[in-house]
Amino acid sequence: MKELSLNILDILENSIHAGASDITLSIEEDTSEKDRLFFSIQDNGKGMDPAFLKTVFDPFTTTSTTKKVGLGLPLLKAEAEMAGGGAKITSEKGEGTIVSFWFQYSHWDRPPIGDIAGTVLIMFMVHSAVEFSYFHRVNEYSFSVSTKQLKEVFDDVPLNHPTAVKGIQEYLTTSIQNLHGGKNGQD
Amino acid sequence: MAKISSLEELRKIRNDAKESMKTRSGNAKVRVFASMGTVGIAGGAREALKAMIDELEKRNFHDVEIVEGGSMGLDNEEPIIRIERDGFETTYGKVTPDMARQIVAQHIINGQMISEWVIARNEK
Repeated sequence: MKELSLNILDILENSIHAGASDITLSIEEDTSEKDRLFFSIQDNGKGMDPAFLKTVFDPFTTTSTTKKVGLGLPLLKAEAEMAGGGAKITSEKGEGTIVSFWFQYSHWDRPPIGDIAGTVLIMFMVHSAVEFSYFHRVNEYSFSVSTKQLKEVFDDVPLNHPTAVKGIQEYLTTSIQNLHGGKNGQD
Repeated sequence: MAKISSLEELRKIRNDAKESMKTRSGNAKVRVFASMGTVGIAGGAREALKAMIDELEKRNFHDVEIVEGGSMGLDNEEPIIRIERDGFETTYGKVTPDMARQIVAQHIINGQMISEWVIARNEK
């Protein structure tokens, strides 16, 4: 994957395929002393048993029936470790899964975050039946928005209506820009 | 589109969207199935879908519903976009953002499929 926002989209799609009805994405950017970029994706999907969990960072582990290698998570873990970070998965059968990974923020080898607004937008647009929450913090500033809030705003207009999608995209882009410019997001 | 930085401003967009739905009767005329598997994502599925939405909005065409498509197992054709219109299901492969825009203009809005990009087509 070229950018971390695509890895995140991939993990979010995994959560959907695991039958999750509630997914939370958190992003924490600490550019000062802590110098850390942290991501976590938490879902209430079917979870994994301990035996499978042990193998998730093995490139030849996949739940796909159409291909034999997964590679998504093992490569991401390798990238994180090369950039002063790491990756971790905790999961309980029938309860859900938490995938987290982190980097040294200023590390040369850290991939760019990329178009996170685009990734979040896909969740609201294509998977509006799933309750998705997005939390993003940059140092002391933060922004959050959820499917539930957006559904309240759009009422009887579906979130995948093209005008709604464009509006949500604009809202996400502006809010994320504001975070990096030192402003809190508004809801 | 003007800058939107609060849910309150987003509410105005909702009213515009609601207005455009008045002309729609019942189900949407066109359904777009987007598949978001690992291979599709790595190959640019997100960018193709974003271009599609942008073009739909630019051309003010709202009689369309975008839904999750599921993988077709045709990894070497990803990103794949499937269009359901006029009783036919048409599948396009290796869709770039530019192709996505053209599919909106010709197929989604005008019902003219772009044969050279079609990888499968069947009656619903």
